[in-house]
Amino acid sequence: MSTQELSKRGAVWLDALTYSAPLQPGYPPSVRVADARLGEHRARFIAVVPDPDNPFPRARGGEVGLVEAWELARAVREVIAADKERDEKRAIVAVIDVASQAYGRREEAYGIHQALAGAADAYASARLAGHPVIGLIVGRAMSGAFLAHGYQANRLIALADSQVMVHAMGKESAARVTLRSVADLEAFTARVPPMAYDIDNYASLGLLWKLLSVSDADAPTRADQTAVETSLQAAFDDIRRDPSRGLESRLGSEHRTASATVRRKLREQWH
Amino acid sequence: MDTRQLLERQSFIELDARSRAKRLLDKGTFSELLDPFQRVTSPWLMRQGIVTQADDGMVVARGTIDGEPAVVLGIDGGFQGGSMGEVSAAKIAGSLELAAEDNRNGIPTRAVILFETGGVRLQEANLGLAAIAEIHAGIVDLRRYQPVIGITAGPIGCYGGMSIAAGLCSYLIGTREARLGLNGPAVIEQEAGIAEFDSRDRPMIWSFTGCEQRHRTGLVDDYVADDADAMRAAVIDLFRAGRPEACRSERVAGFLARLSEVDPGVQATPEQVAAIYGKGFQS
Repeated sequence: MSTQELSKRGAVWLDALTYSAPLQPGYPPSVRVADARLGEHRARFIAVVPDPDNPFPRARGGEVGLVEAWELARAVREVIAADKERDEKRAIVAVIDVASQAYGRREEAYGIHQALAGAADAYASARLAGHPVIGLIVGRAMSGAFLAHGYQANRLIALADSQVMVHAMGKESAARVTLRSVADLEAFTARVPPMAYDIDNYASLGLLWKLLSVSDADAPTRADQTAVETSLQAAFDDIRRDPSRGLESRLGSEHRTASATVRRKLREQWH
Repeated sequence: MDTRQLLERQSFIELDARSRAKRLLDKGTFSELLDPFQRVTSPWLMRQGIVTQADDGMVVARGTIDGEPAVVLGIDGGFQGGSMGEVSAAKIAGSLELAAEDNRNGIPTRAVILFETGGVRLQEANLGLAAIAEIHAGIVDLRRYQPVIGITAGPIGCYGGMSIAAGLCSYLIGTREARLGLNGPAVIEQEAGIAEFDSRDRPMIWSFTGCEQRHRTGLVDDYVADDADAMRAAVIDLFRAGRPEACRSERVAGFLARLSEVDPGVQATPEQVAAIYGKGFQS
């Protein structure tokens, strides 16, 4: 990750979608939180962004580290607490461009798994409490970082762009763990859709609510911004219409027939 | 443990997933759902030339624990490192969803998850990751009604997205054999270099991620000997304790306060982690 240029996408899209609303104070530079509107509704937008001066050296490239994950949890739980007595729960938009979770000794030592659990818990709890939670993937959505920031959303939207990717592990590490060469791994990704790194293959898995074309994902035009806003509002309305607060809407694809079969058979045999 | 106890006890770690589930459930109540004879296997491994297993490495066992309806979800670490493929993960997520539904219908079904897993099965990458998100969702939902208890006994331990699942459980039990961490040692070494993490330095790895240290630092609730009876007794005690006032993953302010005491400029030591996290996470 260190060889790659630091991505600005999370910051750019957060700023665009909130019309440069002021960032909430009290968060570290790597976690941006802004309260703005989604159409006529109140919404909180959250992004994790690179911070070259991050005190934790393994979390400088936009990775979700120990502090980032717990701060995500705080940003989400603030909204849950503030709206506790309100009938209309505020929307939460996770703007997702996360290189990975932070890989390091400090991170394991201080329980980064627990930190990511804190963030995933906050998003899941917001969804269960009735907050419409939308994940907007504008760049990389990798592995544990995505599990902590966005994967618990009611609806997922991704930009159709070559730099947008979702995966469980980087290619070099995935090859090492599965005892394959990178070339072999790439050969499999071409014909096994869940192994692929590109967003079109990911879309075929049925996990996205919408895949959106934009003209410039790095520097959105006015039309790009409008397209994303329209889609976020449509997702918001769709969530409001849906009586379920769970993740069932992701189970419909032909590539997930086994997921559906397992659930059907479990239900038949449960009692 | 003296020699006689050692000879008389039944090791928990040496049991396979099915036997572990059987030992945790009340005697004679075990019944398996989606058992191996139903042959619901991974649709993705065959086309990569990998032999499948008839239960996809996942045991779903119904029965009772302490007289109450229960489901034990036993991951078989012997198949593909206990990794989560589409089917194995759906067996966990689907069971948690049904258990939560039971509770909404007045049936107090509770769940135990046996974490023996490296995380996502990379041959099914994105479907494993998606299903792990559904496991997370299932734990957070069910946990509102009944404690969800996680056990990591070893020898695989608990890694990747499933370590996050462990972090979401109401209670976590570990043994000396088991490790609990997000990133596997080989992957940290690959991503960050051998100076950051030497994947062959086993004492170093256990000193940070072994469950003895995890218990000392408050990231595991119960540290149990490798004894099947002791394990079942610990599970029953935790269920009787009921839901905790706050789960570990809800203690946001507490963890942020402790992290603010960490000096990120120096490399971590197990002693330093114990000194800081030993204070607890009350906010």
